[in-house]
Amino acid sequence: MSMTYSYYKNMQLNNIIFVYQGEVTADLVSSILQMVENKLEGEGEDRKVKKRVFNVMVECLQNVYHHLDALPPTDPANPIKDKTALLMIGREEKDYYIITGNHVINDRIPDLKSRLDRINRASKEELKQLYQEVLTGTGFSEKGTAGLGMIDIARKSGQRLGYDFHPVNDRYSFFSLEARVSRIADK
Amino acid sequence: MEALRIESTHKTPRVILDPENGIFEFSGRSIPEDSVGFYTPIFEWLDKYAQQPLARTHVRFDLEYFNTSSSKNILEVLKRLEAIHASGHEVRVTWYYDEDDEDMEETGQDYQALLNLPIELSVKVQS
Repeated sequence: MSMTYSYYKNMQLNNIIFVYQGEVTADLVSSILQMVENKLEGEGEDRKVKKRVFNVMVECLQNVYHHLDALPPTDPANPIKDKTALLMIGREEKDYYIITGNHVINDRIPDLKSRLDRINRASKEELKQLYQEVLTGTGFSEKGTAGLGMIDIARKSGQRLGYDFHPVNDRYSFFSLEARVSRIADK
Repeated sequence: MEALRIESTHKTPRVILDPENGIFEFSGRSIPEDSVGFYTPIFEWLDKYAQQPLARTHVRFDLEYFNTSSSKNILEVLKRLEAIHASGHEVRVTWYYDEDDEDMEETGQDYQALLNLPIELSVKVQS
């Protein structure tokens, strides 16, 4: 029990509003969205900022839900795949940040990395173009999502997306993604 | 032809497709995980409507939020309206957004750029 206070202090120091580690289901994503939305509402955050944070959060969480790679079961007696991930939302002086972490199969890394780099290099106008291309171009990916999520996150964030691939073993890595939303409403 | 009415939930919009008066409405938020599942009956309804549309149809989009998988389905809705419009039956779309919501305004502009359909962007009157 002695760890409780240090967990609390640590979360407070890092301005964490919400953190979750565990299996990601559709119901869980809905509950988190509702909870954080209520919290933003209650704290009287600027309406435009609140909307943006909510939008980015929807995309980030649904991205994880649709695209995480489940780890194979470790215990042969318990053949359940590990679909766990990390979801975290925080508020600093200038920005909200949304961080997600999930396992991906190593083969997916080059494609993910090149998409993220392309998005991070793009100007506001180029992102708009890219969004329209993907929107009208190819159909849905096999998991039923539009492949637009990251572009949309970048457009609404207006800042570079942070990411990292942490090697776990020769098949999997842990992919983390950070999106930031400024608390200063522009215009 | 029967009207299609879907009540809103905290994840899906209210949808009214009423062939009596030719006023269609999508309002609220559209953030379901399975957006194809939600929009499929709407596509089917519109495909039927397209066989005998009214001379004038007015479609109001009054959305607060939508996720990117919905944005693709909304484009599919608009494409069906575009086809009705191209067949000589007037279709007008009004895309509402909050005055300070430039993201929703921009999305409306994205659709304007992609379609051959009169889409009017309109600031929502605060209630």
